[in-house]
Amino acid sequence: MGVVRRRSGGFVLKVNPILCDGYGHCHELAPELVTMDEWGYPIIKAEVTPLSDLATLESARYAVRGCPRQALRVERVSDDAGPIRR
Amino acid sequence: MMDATQMPRLLHGTPGTPHTLDQHEAVYHSTFRTSSLLDELSRSGLTGRGGAAFPTAKKALLIREQRGHRKYVVVNAMEGEPASHKDRTLLSTNPHLVLDGAEILASIVGAQRVAITVARDNPLVVNHVKRALHERERRSKRGPELELHTPPWRYVAGEESALVHWLDDNESLPQYRPRRPHVLRIGRDPVLLDNAETCANVGLIGRYGAQWFRGLGDEATPGTQLVSLTGAVAQPTVVEVVLGTPLRQILAAAGADPSPQALLLGGYGGAWLSGEYLDTPYDNASLKPLGAAVGAGVIVVLPRQGCGVVETHRVVRWMANESARQCGPCAFGLPALAEDLAHLAHATRDASPALGRLIDRAGVIEGRGACHHPDGVVRFVRSALNVFRDDLAHHVAGNACTGATSPTHYATVPTIERAEELIWE
Repeated sequence: MGVVRRRSGGFVLKVNPILCDGYGHCHELAPELVTMDEWGYPIIKAEVTPLSDLATLESARYAVRGCPRQALRVERVSDDAGPIRR
Repeated sequence: MMDATQMPRLLHGTPGTPHTLDQHEAVYHSTFRTSSLLDELSRSGLTGRGGAAFPTAKKALLIREQRGHRKYVVVNAMEGEPASHKDRTLLSTNPHLVLDGAEILASIVGAQRVAITVARDNPLVVNHVKRALHERERRSKRGPELELHTPPWRYVAGEESALVHWLDDNESLPQYRPRRPHVLRIGRDPVLLDNAETCANVGLIGRYGAQWFRGLGDEATPGTQLVSLTGAVAQPTVVEVVLGTPLRQILAAAGADPSPQALLLGGYGGAWLSGEYLDTPYDNASLKPLGAAVGAGVIVVLPRQGCGVVETHRVVRWMANESARQCGPCAFGLPALAEDLAHLAHATRDASPALGRLIDRAGVIEGRGACHHPDGVVRFVRSALNVFRDDLAHHVAGNACTGATSPTHYATVPTIERAEELIWE
């Protein structure tokens, strides 16, 4: 008898631009969330992704773990809050 | 007691010969209100005069609510804007008014230490502040400990997180603050940071109250503003104006070109405003629809014979060099913007694709730095694209205006130092 927890809300991937050195691993690991600018630094999707989108959440976690500078973070956003910049 | 409608409020006296403590107390009387200072401050509607116009009382409340028995108040008189000299002028006219305000803020948030920060490149101002602090020491008043700090002068060194970082760790580099509002800290101790002019206003509100403060300016934007005027003016001046004064009147007060091509408002992270809007009241509520803001009180007057594209290029090139080079989009993006602007300013063969690139790059860079340095430059570039639209079309077509080749320039831009020679600590 498993307890079903409703996964409400969403998440955004966030980068600390000071730590980021433009290795580009995040773009490889989470292409649906991260594009690159012409200098190789990540442009991260600003819109909130619903937590129910498990595939995207998984690649976001890959990106977080794969960042050589540990500059990435998954930030949860509750339902009512709007998207956060950066 | 000073009359509520008396002007000037802050620049009472002569710049260069600061009031001594005795003179200061004779002009503004010496007793402060003792209770409900935060209430007075919040009723006064005072907003920060350093550029962001954040409500001062709200910020003070945030720091007051922080735990910790050691807190700091930092007075920001770094004045990183090359076109601004209002804080310098204020401190060399009425240093004690700024210090009064800092003491009042310290008592509001419960801080024991006050740091006054002046860029070390202004030795005259540093001396005025030193003398003022010495006078206070001899008076041995009870109150917070006042100390002077002299970080190096850099554009971003006056940015709040960079300044606190310097006080904490001797490096004028902005910090990453993912959550707002962010409480700045020296070690673990919360810091209340306010611009020098804001502190001077607090010094007045602490004496005369909110009602008095609202005696000048309108409901939404009460009080006065120190405005630094440069460019096509008789000579660079600082004038104190009531917020809401039409721009035309401010220009007249400074002996500026009465029908300029455009005005640069706010600072080098601010915006151009076309010369056709001279009847706009000088306050944020009226300037916002035009994409401009009072900012740090900077006005650069660009006359008809000047070239807006060239001025924009000069400013952006310098701003790009002043990047702390911590964040990729700022370190690489701003020089790229400057390069595109160079093509436009010199009307090279590459000007037309450069304009397209400039617009794209501005969108890419925005919002991706740890501080708002890149955002300010983007805002500035966009306003230039808008205000100098016709001029740009000529430049793109290869016909640079006569102003573009003239050796006279209007926006003050310091010499560009080599990146490795910039001093950050």
